[in-house]
Amino acid sequence: MVSAQVIYDRNDVLVVRARDVVAKAHRPGRAVGPEFARRVEIAASLPELFNAPLGPPLDVEGRTVTLERYGTPVDPFDPPWEDAGRLLAALHAVPVPADTPSFGRPTRVARAVSRLGDGEAADAVRRAFTGLPAWVRGDAPVPGVKDERLLHGDFHLGQLVRAGEGGTWRFIDVEDIGRGDPVWDLARLAALFAVGILAPDAWGRFLRAYRIAGGVAVPPDEGSEWTVLDMPSRALVVQIAATSLRLAAEQDRDLAPEETGLVGACVRIAELPALP
Amino acid sequence: MHCPKCHGFMRTYNRSGVQIEQCDNCRGVFLDYGELEALGRMESGYHAAPPPAPGWGHHGGHHGHHGHHGGLFHALFTT
Repeated sequence: MVSAQVIYDRNDVLVVRARDVVAKAHRPGRAVGPEFARRVEIAASLPELFNAPLGPPLDVEGRTVTLERYGTPVDPFDPPWEDAGRLLAALHAVPVPADTPSFGRPTRVARAVSRLGDGEAADAVRRAFTGLPAWVRGDAPVPGVKDERLLHGDFHLGQLVRAGEGGTWRFIDVEDIGRGDPVWDLARLAALFAVGILAPDAWGRFLRAYRIAGGVAVPPDEGSEWTVLDMPSRALVVQIAATSLRLAAEQDRDLAPEETGLVGACVRIAELPALP
Repeated sequence: MHCPKCHGFMRTYNRSGVQIEQCDNCRGVFLDYGELEALGRMESGYHAAPPPAPGWGHHGGHHGHHGHHGGLFHALFTT
């Protein structure tokens, strides 16, 4: 008998660890079909970048389950900013494998906004959302991308693990792997820096390492990054604000100062001309 | 110019006001005379020059502090 330990149980996702193996029960309805199977294959073909599922996805009582080797998560007090930048740069340099599903649009933005309740803060988030490009909102077809790359699709620091203490960092979570504009992989960190949650030093270390490693999502000259990060980071500010407001409402609590700051950013975004 | 290591094409970039050449192929970097020293000088001034932020962003100090993680730090770690 091997004892198992629950390491994640939220949003209809369950992750259980037994010794060196982790089993993930994906959200019902997610991670199904040939596209997900192809994403698993792509990750497995890039072992230097992904801590990929061990073998193809399993169907357990109608739910998709994947197994992977356990990896040590990021220490919140000492995130590997440079490694994160280098790993993303390496991912974005991989020749896009055949039959890579399209990243499409960042669907979580519209989903988070659709779950907003009433109130002044929620209205501000909705106004900022209205100023995002129609294709991001889901109201127009996704435009073509000039230089399509392989992207993680849902990058944040919870998506990095390493094998043991001295091991190198790898991505986990293959659900959103796709081909598209790699700038979306930088959008969450950019948004959190812009609203004052991610320290300038941390953002600078991450972005600098990404550039030095040849990362193609931003133009190479320092300071030029906002020409491409402006729109995706506005979208992520809207998404994170909408998610935070919903959580605060569910927990029946006032907004934390950082959350009020996010709503303030939405107010300022809403005052800007809408993006094409 | 071409990379002395792999003969790839070298592109000129500007890093903190210093011109450097980087190979498009192997990503190796070539520095002219004095440029390494210039980068070293930049490094000492680096912490004084924070990266730029968009106009709609937060102005003033950031919310988090060393050793303290504020209410939205989790947004760095979750979807």
